[in-house]
Amino acid sequence: MYVAAKGGEKAISEAHALLAKRRRGDTSVPSVTLDQIAGQLSLAVDRVMAEGSLYDIELAALAVKQARGDLIEAIFLIRAFRTTLPRFGNSTPLDTAEMLVRRRVSATYKDLPGGQLLGPTFDYTHRLLDTSLGGVDDDQADAAPQGIPAAEPMPRVTDLLGQEGLIEASPTDDGTEPFDITRAPVSFPVDRSTRLQTLARGDEGYLLALGYSTQRGYARSHPFVGEIRFGDVEVSFFAEELGFEVSLGTVQLTECQMVNQFKGSAEVPPQFTRGYGLVFGQCERKAMSMALVERALRWKELGEEPGAPAQDEEFVLSHCDNVQATGFVEHLKLPHYVDFQAELDLVRRMRQEREENLHETELSEAAE
Amino acid sequence: MTAMPEITYNFAYLDEQTKRMIRRAILKAIAVPGYQVPFAAREMPMPYGWGTGGVQVTAAVLGPDDVLKVIDQGADDTTNAVAIRGFFQKTANVATTTVTTEATVIQTRHRIPETALSENQILVYQVPIPEPLRYLEPRETETRQLHALAEYGLMHVKLYEDIARHGHIATTYAYPVEVAGRYVMDPSPIPKFDNPKMDDCPALQLFGAGREKRIYAIPPFTRVRSLDFEDHPFKVQHFAKPCALCAATGVYLDEVILDDRGGRMFVCSDTDYCNTRQAEGHRGEMAGEPA
Repeated sequence: MYVAAKGGEKAISEAHALLAKRRRGDTSVPSVTLDQIAGQLSLAVDRVMAEGSLYDIELAALAVKQARGDLIEAIFLIRAFRTTLPRFGNSTPLDTAEMLVRRRVSATYKDLPGGQLLGPTFDYTHRLLDTSLGGVDDDQADAAPQGIPAAEPMPRVTDLLGQEGLIEASPTDDGTEPFDITRAPVSFPVDRSTRLQTLARGDEGYLLALGYSTQRGYARSHPFVGEIRFGDVEVSFFAEELGFEVSLGTVQLTECQMVNQFKGSAEVPPQFTRGYGLVFGQCERKAMSMALVERALRWKELGEEPGAPAQDEEFVLSHCDNVQATGFVEHLKLPHYVDFQAELDLVRRMRQEREENLHETELSEAAE
Repeated sequence: MTAMPEITYNFAYLDEQTKRMIRRAILKAIAVPGYQVPFAAREMPMPYGWGTGGVQVTAAVLGPDDVLKVIDQGADDTTNAVAIRGFFQKTANVATTTVTTEATVIQTRHRIPETALSENQILVYQVPIPEPLRYLEPRETETRQLHALAEYGLMHVKLYEDIARHGHIATTYAYPVEVAGRYVMDPSPIPKFDNPKMDDCPALQLFGAGREKRIYAIPPFTRVRSLDFEDHPFKVQHFAKPCALCAATGVYLDEVILDDRGGRMFVCSDTDYCNTRQAEGHRGEMAGEPA
């Protein structure tokens, strides 16, 4: 007698118990705390906040812990929580010129108002494994210099260029509500707010590869890093019932202003164009990649030739969400036996018909 | 860091505003049978591809008095069906069942139950790719225009080329249908065996695609025609043997490999249908004696 495999329910609960055990690891080692994750794995936390599109360090640290360090899984946890939150309204536009800058570099000017500020960066480190980190490494942090808040204002490089009219003007705020990709279905072609939102929560690796491709000749745009700045920006909300703006606190952001070549046209004199990247936390790789891809996607308004993958709006924007991508790729491990059975049946039938045809041909040839 | 507050969720997980948005999309979908209505799908606590569209539709139509059945591949006990059923037990505290006739809402992946559905039932399909023309034309901007113009020549050419090349229409599941004489629709990856059950069905059929953010519907008693040609009429799969457990014929069977010497058996994919028949005393060749 045959008994079909059952027990999905039990298998699931046992698998979850096993997962919980594996997540905790060796219980003779203390459990990692959220403070430790937020403090010592802060770039992982930043990435989860950026692609989860929710600025909450504590929850992002929790997600990293719960996901066993799988950042896409952690992003997914944050997204699933974020989607349940009510929307109060839109903040007033952030002013990144007023940022409390922790790092600011420009590749287009040797010196500029506000100066260059290296800040905490891996740039110029030698990538040699530091075995001293294998043990307790409290001393190093104490020896580090204290950050000095910039005394003079730090105008954006693009604003400096803009004074001469050398770069296209930043699109003005025409007062229309920005599109919310989490509250309405996207349809193509998209407007600027949709494009930027989609890229801002897009997968870092995907945007990195696409941005890289523009540097290798697929929609080449001659980019210069006008400026990258990272620091704290105040978020304000205009409360209708109060009639004035209230500050909600600060968020850390990385902003990248890419300056790109543009030869000009019959109507417009030669000037530089912009590619824009803005990401929660310190995510420079992502902000730069976003700026490259954003610029590539603007081919139409700038009258450029299409044809490269990074310029294909529907392709780029439809596939940049890693929560969607990982879900659909990984769903292939769900059972598909009903459909497979249907294919099996067809292949068998076609093979049988082929055999019969061959047999008939042989018979008729033998008869001739 | 201080202890975190407990997080609580609304009935059936989604907030009421979101449900209202989904219900509006469903009403529009019912009003225009087979038309894919864009909706602002939410991120759900299960991955895209696991049935987030179906789950959102179910959450939007589910009431406290409903009785829910969830199947995957026709079976109530497959892991994903168990997980989704558990989700609604937990978030909506609704009664659940495995018996097709007892359910008021049935969420399904890849099958339509063998037992005929009735007027007081809703069948919710999980849909991975809602666009029937997607593999012929990858661009949404293009396919929407093709639907608007009812320009389905591409699909007919594809089916014709199948016949020219293989002697058959080589689509065995997700076989395209024309709904109410207008829109060509993807019936989700059900085997084409199930297509005739959609036609003139007394139950309301709703389709949810979460990742692709589309909802579509077949209202009760609507004409659903599988695309074909006069000289190559639509045909469903036929199994040579009856179910090895309940001896049913004219049902969809799963092939189970028994050993590495070519031993295999065919059993009903619809577990409720098979169990019910066995309880009624039907015995297939590999079923034991009743306990």
